[in-house]
Amino acid sequence: MALKGAEIMKMLPKTNCKECGYPTCFAFAMKLATGGANLEDCPHLDPQVRAQLEAAMAPPIKLVTIGAGENALAIGEEEVMFRHEKTFFHESGIAILISDKESESDIEKKLKRIKAFDFERIGQKLKIDLLALCFESGDKGKFEALVKKAYETTNFALILICEDTDVLFSAASLCADRKPLVYPITKDNTSAAIPKLKELGVPAGVKGQSIEALTSVTSELKDAGIEDMLLDPGSKNMLEGIRDQTLIRRAALKKGFRPLGYPTIAFPCFMYQDRFKETLAAAALMIKYAGIVVLSQAEAQFLLPLLVHRFNIYSDPRRPMTVEEKAYEIGNPGENSPVLISTNYALDYFIVSAAIEEANIPAYLCIKDTEGLGVMAAWTSGKFNGEAIAEFFEKYAMADKVKHRKLIIPGVAKKLVAELEEELPGWEIILGPLEGSDIPKFLSEEWKA
Amino acid sequence: MKYEPPLEKISVNIRETVLGQGEKSVKIGGENTLPFHSFEGSLPNSAGLALEVLDTQPENWAPSVLEPFEDVVSDPVKWAKKCVEVYGAEMLCLRLLSTDPMGKDRSPEEAAEITKKVTDAVDVPFIVWGTDMEDKDAQVLMQVARVCSGKNLLLGPVVKGNYEKIAKAALEHGHAVVAQASMDANLTKELNIALCKFFPPEKIVVDPTASALGYGLEYTFSIIEEIKQFGLVDKDKMMQMPILCDFGGDCWRTKEAKESREQGILWEAISGITFLLAGANLLVFRHPESLKLIKEMVI
Ligand code: SF4
Repeated sequence: MALKGAEIMKMLPKTNCKECGYPTCFAFAMKLATGGANLEDCPHLDPQVRAQLEAAMAPPIKLVTIGAGENALAIGEEEVMFRHEKTFFHESGIAILISDKESESDIEKKLKRIKAFDFERIGQKLKIDLLALCFESGDKGKFEALVKKAYETTNFALILICEDTDVLFSAASLCADRKPLVYPITKDNTSAAIPKLKELGVPAGVKGQSIEALTSVTSELKDAGIEDMLLDPGSKNMLEGIRDQTLIRRAALKKGFRPLGYPTIAFPCFMYQDRFKETLAAAALMIKYAGIVVLSQAEAQFLLPLLVHRFNIYSDPRRPMTVEEKAYEIGNPGENSPVLISTNYALDYFIVSAAIEEANIPAYLCIKDTEGLGVMAAWTSGKFNGEAIAEFFEKYAMADKVKHRKLIIPGVAKKLVAELEEELPGWEIILGPLEGSDIPKFLSEEWKA
Repeated sequence: MKYEPPLEKISVNIRETVLGQGEKSVKIGGENTLPFHSFEGSLPNSAGLALEVLDTQPENWAPSVLEPFEDVVSDPVKWAKKCVEVYGAEMLCLRLLSTDPMGKDRSPEEAAEITKKVTDAVDVPFIVWGTDMEDKDAQVLMQVARVCSGKNLLLGPVVKGNYEKIAKAALEHGHAVVAQASMDANLTKELNIALCKFFPPEKIVVDPTASALGYGLEYTFSIIEEIKQFGLVDKDKMMQMPILCDFGGDCWRTKEAKESREQGILWEAISGITFLLAGANLLVFRHPESLKLIKEMVI
């Protein structure tokens, strides 16, 4: 919970010496409360008080980084329960489980598939973040071989899953500079784990049978100076997961309860055998606050929907994705080229422009500023109705650009046809296909201007 | 520091709406807590999960979503029966696509006759859906209301431009309506207020219009969350109607769903679970497999 200026003020020296660059301690306190100043700037703070203030002003959910370099995953520092209140800041990481019990060739195949996984959608790269390596063979050598392989042949951030604490840390020492998440740290191995965690400087995956059980472990770690932790409340299915994750985030955000002020990890791979259900649980838990979800497989048809889902949920509602309003020239359109119109919702633009390129028919793509609203929402709010589109046509002199008088509008905008016939006299209004993927076919068949 | 579960109690309920009649009638809504929060409140009714039936042969459906219905698509009665008897649907959504004035333009009388036949053939509750053409929908749904009097159908979409006509017919003949306002909590509220001047609030279900995964899902998600919170947290009576999401069709129109059966089913199921998490009370699916998945997950 953020501290108020008045609360901070109480802890400052109150000498108004101005060395911080502010006229009074009070002014400095107010600035601190809004995040606009730095505690370091007051040279007269008692170190103990400074530590207290730092702790009190820290974000309610700590930012934790797993992995190193380009592929490091940072999660935490979330501020809200519901994305419409602000936004969700740090995308959930997606991890793929690999067991040391799987045959060498299976592991090889899986790794190959994961590495080859490469999706791009509307200008965004969609990717897997982590490998979760699981000790099941009972053979330390096998597990270490798996860890080495993942460490040496891939750049993914790593999670090491191993109930045997010695094996766990011995494996962690093989890849400590990659900052792997070591899991599970439980009430039973905390004291053994503390010196190792400190020595290797790796984040801890804390597991409890319940939320309450978690808190004693996190408090013990915190007292030992360890703060890079992820929480696993041991939820056994999606519904338990929703409950546990909700209570953890609520305790951290709304109660300022420090022992739960860390990001979380969830294991849909252990909740469901069925891959569809596993994927659905992962989708649900990404909405409901899991910082990492671990999946058992890496097949594209399961992962793509999940990655798109993550992209949707973590997009910032304060900034709809938009493109600039204008009459885009795609290919090299001339006076006989088709004219299409759509909104400046980025997705609409990307779908239609890609389809026109695919059709290989040069065209004018009119993009009307709808403040990022899609076709129907923009129509409802008057930003994409007959009048607005007629204005656009006037402004961009569309009638001078082409000889024909045909306008293709989005397939969902049936209601626009009559409006446009009225507002754009002389133009024939053609309803495009409902699906973006049908635009190429539609253009090549229908376009005989 | 001792951990106390930070439970939050809510003192009001979402309205409970009854759909259909007799033994197979379905109740939706009625909860006094956020979705899936049975640990701190009560959710007396699980979400209604409906399968879609078209009144006319589907066009351009991906093979993997056509396959479950291949043998029945030419006959809406058989289609409806298969949904209930084979796929276990507890509710259906009959889409009167053939009434589209820009398509087959079937008359309201014909549409009502088909509706009567289909709804007589199976005893589960029905949503009866127009073609998003205000004037035609009004004519069609008024006629459907008359011909199917007393069946307690859920008629929609009812929008700002046609709510009076349709809701009056629904009231007279004992049906419920879907009030649709596109992606805007304020418009949803306005329409509810207008309707409630003469129509019972417990017979209104709202539709904020749903977008598929990857195609605006996040907007739908947040609008539903907002409406739910206005209703439950801010106790706004005009925001306490159950929420419908009609999204199966949109999902199966996407290029991604058409790429593979598994991907298509997940495209629909992930959209569905997302809307349920936001607070939807009634979902309309296209693929029986997606519906089944959701059903097994949420119970
Ligand atoms: S430097 Fe410290 S003591 Fe001096 S005015 Fe600023 S806050 Fe007050």
